[in-house]
Amino acid sequence: MLKAKNKLGLVFFPAFDWAISPSHPEREERLLYTLDQVHEEGIADIEGIKFYNPLLADDKDIERVHFCVPDVPSVVTQSHRVSAGGAIAAARAVLEGKVTKAFAVVRPPGHHAHRVVYGDRGFCIINIEAIMLEHIRSTFGPKRVAIVDTDCHHGDGTQDIYWNDKDTLFISIHQDGRTLYPGTGFPDEMGGPGAFGYTVNIPLPPHTGEEGFLYVIENLVLPIIKDYNPDLIVNSAGQDNHYTDPITNMNFTAQGYARLTDRLNPDIAVLEGGYSIEGALPYVNLGIILALAGLDYSHVKEPDYDPEKIKQPNWINDYIKRLCEELYQRWLRKDDAARKMFEGKDFVQRKKRIYYDTIGIMENQEEIIKVCKSCSGYIVIKSKCDLGYSILAITIPRDACPRCIDEAHKTYESADQGDYSGIYLQDRANDEFNIKK
Amino acid sequence: MIIGLDVGGTNIDAVLLKGKSVIEVAKVPYDPSAILEGICEAVDKLTRDIDPGEVKRVNLSTTISTNAVLEGRTSPVGMILESGPGLEASFLACGEENVFLDGYIDHRGQEVAPFSENLVHEASRRFKRRGILAAGIVTKFSVRNPSHELKAKNLLGGDFNPVTMGHALSGKLNFPRRVFSTYLNSAVYDRFNSFAKAIKRAFEERGIKAPVNVLKADGGTMSLAKAVSFPVYTILSGPSASVMGCWILSNFSKDAVILDIGGTTTDISFLAGGVPLLEPQGINIGKYPTLVRAIFSYSIALGGDSAVRVEEGRLIIGPRREGPPAALGGSRPTPTDALIVKGQLDFGNKKRAYLAIKELGQAIGMEPEDVANLILEKMGNMIKEEVEGLLMELNSRPVYTIQELLYGEKIKPQKAILIGGPAKALSSVISQKLKIPCEVPDNYQVANAIGAALSRITAEVTLIADTAQGFMTVPELGVRKRIDRSFTPEEARREAIKLLKERAVFLGALPEDIETEIIEESCFNMVRGFYTVGKNIRVKAQVKPGLISLGEEKVEKDVESKE
Repeated sequence: MLKAKNKLGLVFFPAFDWAISPSHPEREERLLYTLDQVHEEGIADIEGIKFYNPLLADDKDIERVHFCVPDVPSVVTQSHRVSAGGAIAAARAVLEGKVTKAFAVVRPPGHHAHRVVYGDRGFCIINIEAIMLEHIRSTFGPKRVAIVDTDCHHGDGTQDIYWNDKDTLFISIHQDGRTLYPGTGFPDEMGGPGAFGYTVNIPLPPHTGEEGFLYVIENLVLPIIKDYNPDLIVNSAGQDNHYTDPITNMNFTAQGYARLTDRLNPDIAVLEGGYSIEGALPYVNLGIILALAGLDYSHVKEPDYDPEKIKQPNWINDYIKRLCEELYQRWLRKDDAARKMFEGKDFVQRKKRIYYDTIGIMENQEEIIKVCKSCSGYIVIKSKCDLGYSILAITIPRDACPRCIDEAHKTYESADQGDYSGIYLQDRANDEFNIKK
Repeated sequence: MIIGLDVGGTNIDAVLLKGKSVIEVAKVPYDPSAILEGICEAVDKLTRDIDPGEVKRVNLSTTISTNAVLEGRTSPVGMILESGPGLEASFLACGEENVFLDGYIDHRGQEVAPFSENLVHEASRRFKRRGILAAGIVTKFSVRNPSHELKAKNLLGGDFNPVTMGHALSGKLNFPRRVFSTYLNSAVYDRFNSFAKAIKRAFEERGIKAPVNVLKADGGTMSLAKAVSFPVYTILSGPSASVMGCWILSNFSKDAVILDIGGTTTDISFLAGGVPLLEPQGINIGKYPTLVRAIFSYSIALGGDSAVRVEEGRLIIGPRREGPPAALGGSRPTPTDALIVKGQLDFGNKKRAYLAIKELGQAIGMEPEDVANLILEKMGNMIKEEVEGLLMELNSRPVYTIQELLYGEKIKPQKAILIGGPAKALSSVISQKLKIPCEVPDNYQVANAIGAALSRITAEVTLIADTAQGFMTVPELGVRKRIDRSFTPEEARREAIKLLKERAVFLGALPEDIETEIIEESCFNMVRGFYTVGKNIRVKAQVKPGLISLGEEKVEKDVESKE
């Protein structure tokens, strides 16, 4: 009988009774064939692989990460709580020492969910990795974590949440935002004053294949992670870079994903997107599972796999090589760059327009981050959207200094309820959440 | 009248029933190398005073295939496997010869690549060269489309017997388990076949013309004639005989834990909503996980004869049996001795039991009576911990819908049903520990034989309809046929029930015993691009496990109730 080299926990939750709408890519059928493949391979019988059911993310888990408007119960469905709870169950299995690695094959995904949430965008409502991570930090203590997002779409929500958090290195590898939703994720998006350079965006041209992805992992991602030396590596394992994916334009493969997983060696992987439900997901997920378990994945291939057909064009090789060199230089010089940008400033302001494609609304946001020498600085967000909400949201980071905590609380208390539909305070230093309506 | 027979590890338990009442009981020690003789002796004892012609049915649970596997007395098997992309498949090479085909069928049952026929001819030559007669053919996803297995069997021709095909054994997905199940089926075929022939002859000689059924591990039966093709189903049917017996005797319709407390082990099973709980995938046979449907049964090394000793001032029970209880001349005190000291069991040499327990007591400074109490207390705690652990595990089995995750029913036993030698004596401590009432059914000593006697023929079919492809597949029957694009879940249910009934009759069931139910059902819209292209319908139907209908003998029930 087979035995896994690494003890692996699997949370496999296909949510067979939930869909955004009957013909939406995020529908009941999405993981049907993947589950069939996993069952047929007999994965559950491999010694060292154990299946777990999802937990349920509660309001507190969600409020550690998000400002749900008007509140959590109004925008978050049970299916999203289960999906985030699936990621939590996977992470807990690792942190409690029951397994050495875990993979949450759950849906719906979460990496497009920003800190402020009005509803569904990019098939996501709440950020399942961020909720998982903050649950871990509040249960098991501080952790330096690298999140590597290998979904084909830019992980803009995760970027937004960890924009100013030095303890969370966020690396996103995705199809160039000029050619794909959500249209962001360029190299110059590098983070706020408290964590400049700890957001690393790696936009790849359409048709990038095995060679390109693995080059990026080897020559950019792994060196940065080595420098950063995290306690945990989390992989947002979207699978829509696959050559058969219907809504993207990349040439990645099941073999490629398995090798990427093998090299990246994450502690926890969480499924994000991936909508080639027959041609890709059964094989890609199998490849990732075997790679995580330390088992032979060399026979995991799509039935129509032909390396010649999906070879990336030569110009992409050169392009990626140059991109990696440039990005690594930026990583090395991030502290200098941050000094130049933020020295002498009290606050840094960003204006954002965030489009909710799934529900068709636009959000206008102004984010003001305190530049603080003793901590990463509190954040004040003013946000309005087409639904008629106008909110003030204040985040106190986990590492906040007493002065920032004090200032943030004063801002919250002095804000006039007449000016906003809701005033929110997320105090991570004291693990509290308050709303004034 | 019905004869029920359970071949256990050391004894054959047998009952003669009239309706539900026990007319005659026999317990026959036997030599495992002479099962047939043992069975005949038991049958002769039962039928001493009756006309064998009056026996309407014989149901037996036998260890013939189990022992063949556990003792390695199986036939060599040539395996033909098609593994396709996925796990590296060399660990599946369980036959004496293993040939891998190069074709592939995918998760929807679509042929991705045919296999080269030459490989099957080559396999045939290799098997023959080594004198292998039994063959097994298993292809990945054959339960979605059995055509490669069927084609390979055709190509093998009539030179091999048996040729077991994976899809015929179970409709479940799990290629490795399908491979091992298929291998075992072919490997024990010969032994079981000779046994079946001998049984048939022996019964004929005794004038018993009744149909003979064999118990399966899932608590159902099949006719001896059909069992010959599926001997793997008869493996490890022992625990299922006991569980079926408990179920019948207790007649409990809620959740319960069933404890069969023997000399060296205690077997733990459950009723969920009044029905015996099954293994989720299938039973493990020796080192092989299989797809053989089986009643869930977990054995712990703790029984009436487990040796009790003191280690570092603490009482330790088991895990080994080191001979009989002290009361029967053993060298070590046992829980049975504790029960004898407490006056709850009455056999053997009480003095010896007392002395052995007293000696234990001296080591930890306790009076013999207190030690006896402590032993039982401890035994109760050990059983409680195991039961709770199993429940935790069972209640966290993976689920796949939000409905099940949030509102799915959990097993919560409201009663403990105890059988086995020390069952009566232990019932109060078990009840106290598990905090639920404890029942020791009447006739519990022969619960296993009664379970075998009254179990009925069961069957299961899986139907997968893919209306986008326009195909319906029923693996257990080797059916793959065209369907209309408009095929509905309702039609799928009807078709499944119809095929199930045919299957049950084929396996030897009487029409009145075929009580069918749909146990799993799902229907997925298949969307490609922006259009719904079809439905993926999945239905599983089974003959409810249960009691055979007692037909004309029903009148006996009234007699019984008057007693």
